[in-house]
Amino acid sequence: MTIQDIQHDIVDEFALFDDWMQRYEYMIELGKSLPLIDPASKTDDLLIKGCQSKVWMKADLVDDKIVFTADSEAIITKGIIAILIRVFSNQRPDSILSANTSFIDQIGLKEHLSPTRANGLASMLNQMKYYALAYQSKLSS
Amino acid sequence: MTTSSLFFDVEEIRKDFPILNRKVNGQPLVYFDNAATSQKPQQVIDAIVNYYQNYNANIHRGVHALSQEATESYENARKTLQKHFNAPKVEDIILTSGTTHAINLVASGYTKFLKTGDEIIVSALEHHSNIVPWQMLCERTGSTLKVIPMAQDGTLKFSAFTQLLNDNTKLVFVNHVSNTLGTINPIKKMIDATHRYGAKILIDGAQACSHVKVDVQALDVDYYVTSAHKMCGPTGVGLLYGKTKLLETLPPYQGGGEMISEVTFEKTTYADLPHKFEAGTPNICGGIAFGAAVDYLNHIGLDEIAAYENDLLIYATEQLIKIEGLRIYGPTQDKTAVISFNVENIHPYDLGVLLDKMGIAVRTGQHCTQPIMDFYSIPGTVRASFAFYNTKTEIDLFVTAVKKAVMMLA
Ligand SMILES: Cc1ncc(COP(=O)(O)O)c(C=O)c1O
Repeated sequence: MTIQDIQHDIVDEFALFDDWMQRYEYMIELGKSLPLIDPASKTDDLLIKGCQSKVWMKADLVDDKIVFTADSEAIITKGIIAILIRVFSNQRPDSILSANTSFIDQIGLKEHLSPTRANGLASMLNQMKYYALAYQSKLSS
Repeated sequence: MTTSSLFFDVEEIRKDFPILNRKVNGQPLVYFDNAATSQKPQQVIDAIVNYYQNYNANIHRGVHALSQEATESYENARKTLQKHFNAPKVEDIILTSGTTHAINLVASGYTKFLKTGDEIIVSALEHHSNIVPWQMLCERTGSTLKVIPMAQDGTLKFSAFTQLLNDNTKLVFVNHVSNTLGTINPIKKMIDATHRYGAKILIDGAQACSHVKVDVQALDVDYYVTSAHKMCGPTGVGLLYGKTKLLETLPPYQGGGEMISEVTFEKTTYADLPHKFEAGTPNICGGIAFGAAVDYLNHIGLDEIAAYENDLLIYATEQLIKIEGLRIYGPTQDKTAVISFNVENIHPYDLGVLLDKMGIAVRTGQHCTQPIMDFYSIPGTVRASFAFYNTKTEIDLFVTAVKKAVMMLA
């Protein structure tokens, strides 16, 4: 599936919710189902700066696609990570780099992009794009 | 539901604060982030508007009417502050941009007075703004920083403090009230102990002045600093009180207009206090509004405020501890209306996000006090801090919201 298709699906799923509680309950569910990174691998070099709760993110190149793994101490943050991973993991670096992220606004999570939240949705997105950029130049060299 | 007495009618008081009528995420705002900054009453907002609408002018330098009115108003505010803090002289009140600025002003001045081997003592309860300037001062002068340890209940270990004091101690820095835990430190005892070694002490009153009446002469404190914005005043203004003799010998912090008396290219002589420390055009409107804020607090009465807030604290504590797995940090009796807590297996950030969704403003995180977080081995806390315009009804909403959030996160 393309990034755009996945984003469409997510927007459709979120449209079913009537209120913020249902949205957040769903994110909490997603957060709980996110595979954990084992504690030993949670090294400081994987930490994303600018998050109020710690977030670790790893990116591996499998064939020509990036597979993201991430974890956080906070469950809502994990829910957000789960959504980002669903959208951007298993995609090619160039698709990640050119992807538009307006779906975040459409599913009512725009407030998490605000700098005061410092929960790092913006930082996570940036980090994913950095990895994509790094792997893209690796692939083309 | 809400407490009201002849002297303290919270519903009347709430009418002074227009912001309390607004909604957040569709819910009536419950503002429990007062330790970060307080809300502003109409009286203070009016003072700001009145200044800009009617007599905005630069001060201390114009002969025209507006400048004189503005100067008079600004200097009257200083007199209000002098009276409020019972400073011996009006010149002992230096207006700064806030607590952080006031601390840096003193720390910078001490560069001249310290040498290798000298010691500075700070407490484990300090805000980052009260640690970093002293670390920098130590780097500049070769002096050493010592830390007063804290106990589980959030108090400082006084006996450890007296053991740290010695003839090399030159300065002690401690907050009057901890912003993270609300602990009220025994500053009078600490001031007296410090003076027995001939050292000086600076008290950070940022968290205290909206709850406690401070008398700098009764305390015999050397320097006392605070910020207006935690006292119903505007942001960007605060004060440094210093004993006259100490301020006279402290070198100026910044060079500029207002702080000089004579300038030639060979030498400049500094102006007298307080202007020596007030380089450049000050926050004129802020200073005036700071005065209005102090007038407002005195009109309500700090003793009444403290008693009412303590009521709120006890009520909220009783409700919160019924929640399973909830732990309050720094449960000492001697504290202001601040509750820093966590719920077992829940990250404070998650709780904060859900509370915000329910219209409740609390602070989550480390509160600029990483050493306290390290002490308890936690990533942060949820901090609810109450003011005299909060009510028990709001606390009920808050407690219900915490329970709901815990249920969602469990
Ligand atoms: C104890 C304490 N000290 C210093 C500060 C810094 O005050 P300001 O940011 O107004 O300079 C604060 C503010 O949070 C505080 O709580």
